[in-house]
Amino acid sequence: MLCGLCKQKNATVHLTQIAGEKMQKVDLCEDCAKEKGVDDPAGFSLADMLLGLGASQEMEEASGNSDVACPNCGFTQADFKKTGRLGCSECYETFAEGLEALLKSMHKGTRHVGKVPAGLRRTQDLQLRLNQLQSQLDKAVAEENFEQAAVLRDEMKKARTDLEECGKE
Amino acid sequence: MNLSEFLITPRDISRRTGPKDKIVISSRIRLARNIRSIPFPGWAKKPDRLKAAQLIRPAVESLAELKDCFSESMDNLPSLDKQLLVERHLISREHAAKGVGSAMALNKDETLCVMVNEEDHIRMQALRPGLQLNDVWQTINQADTHLESKLDYAFTHEWGFLTACPTNLGTGIRVSAMLHLPGLVLAEQINQIIQSVNKLGLAVRGLYGEGTEALGNVFQVSNQMTLGETEEAIIERLNKVLAQIIEHEENARIRLLEKKPKVLLNHIGRAFGTLANSHIISSKETMNLLSLLKLGMDLGLFPGVDRSIVDELFLVTQPAHLQKASAGKLGADERDLRRADMLRERLAGVSRPLDSISDESSSNTKE
Ligand SMILES: [Zn+2]
Ligand SMILES: [Zn+2]
Repeated sequence: MLCGLCKQKNATVHLTQIAGEKMQKVDLCEDCAKEKGVDDPAGFSLADMLLGLGASQEMEEASGNSDVACPNCGFTQADFKKTGRLGCSECYETFAEGLEALLKSMHKGTRHVGKVPAGLRRTQDLQLRLNQLQSQLDKAVAEENFEQAAVLRDEMKKARTDLEECGKE
Repeated sequence: MNLSEFLITPRDISRRTGPKDKIVISSRIRLARNIRSIPFPGWAKKPDRLKAAQLIRPAVESLAELKDCFSESMDNLPSLDKQLLVERHLISREHAAKGVGSAMALNKDETLCVMVNEEDHIRMQALRPGLQLNDVWQTINQADTHLESKLDYAFTHEWGFLTACPTNLGTGIRVSAMLHLPGLVLAEQINQIIQSVNKLGLAVRGLYGEGTEALGNVFQVSNQMTLGETEEAIIERLNKVLAQIIEHEENARIRLLEKKPKVLLNHIGRAFGTLANSHIISSKETMNLLSLLKLGMDLGLFPGVDRSIVDELFLVTQPAHLQKASAGKLGADERDLRRADMLRERLAGVSRPLDSISDESSSNTKE
């Protein structure tokens, strides 16, 4: 079996991990395994490696246009394919659509539910969130998905209250 | 300041104890954070990397949690020093390879370390001996909260903390524990355990050695998913799984004692014989035999001997620590000689293991 990374040497290191319902397999030669930090606990993640091995295609398919470059850092999808990493925090907005599918395949959910930094520019974020919710709401209403619309209205209400509180600080 | 002078001696660091430390070597939590809009380190050009470091380093150094820390840019650290930090699991191998624009800061207790411009702008990790993930989380969470008030973190409500790699997105957290599992390995149950833990969305792998090889019977269990779950839920899940693994390891040890005491005594006795009498020994063989010696200590076969001697030997026989102790660079062959010298010297005062396992020993396997 050939190494899945360099596709030149014989694969001697075989890794399997199961994340959620997805089983991921990768076969590597000794050199690539070393280079990828398979022997380094802090740095290694199989999902990471798979990113470089074609998961970025999901992103490409989802967003269609591969000429898009991040306005802040100039990063493109071709770069993502090469490195499996993004260019800057704004890339997440630039490539949002394609990333969504990718995230679904590697995480428990696609929405953050953990720590929220208190001292962050919350006002700005909440405003952004309100805008996003509004467009999601418009879509839900257009699709006559009233259950979803009700949930979104509640979320918007909460975001507005949060926003008011931020203003008071 | 010189790193060797700053670091805690291997003896003192090996004497630290923690809950369940017969099986859990250490607990560790790492957080990934980035600065808004500045390109991530892997994509940034040198000026941007320097800019990020200039913002982050003073903020990190001003943390109360890092009072009197060792703070240095990676290009100022000799490679042997970087290797020392890797062997102590304080920085990653990737970070050790970094130069200009990357930096690190380590607190006095060696329980908190921040890497600047690793894969993300900030990678901070807290660690403690034994099983104490909740305390580790408290430490790192607090440091992160303080740091966030000084820096403009890249964060959105939708996707949480934005990271260079989408696999770390959301909480940016990696929770892990280093486990010593000789019982499960000797009883040939380890693969079964690994598979069932994998099914729970956690990763298990050998900490030393490559691929599926686990030198020294040391394994690391960690979470893989970071988005869609709170930090506390991730830690809780790991705690539950760890409690089960610990129980399986304890049971495996008890069963070996009951069913195959001679096999066990043979392994441990031979390990001691080789370690105490070698003149040339590789790092690989050393780790595997020290694991058996440690098991022997856990089982009470070396009465009166402090178990920390094994942990210390585990650390000081690693290449960089060995070279530091002999004050100079050594080739691989020379290291094998020096390693054997060191083992013979340190084990000279340790009597050979008992010839049989007392009843007391089996009760010793549980804490
Ligand atoms: Zn290869
Ligand atoms: Zn970008």
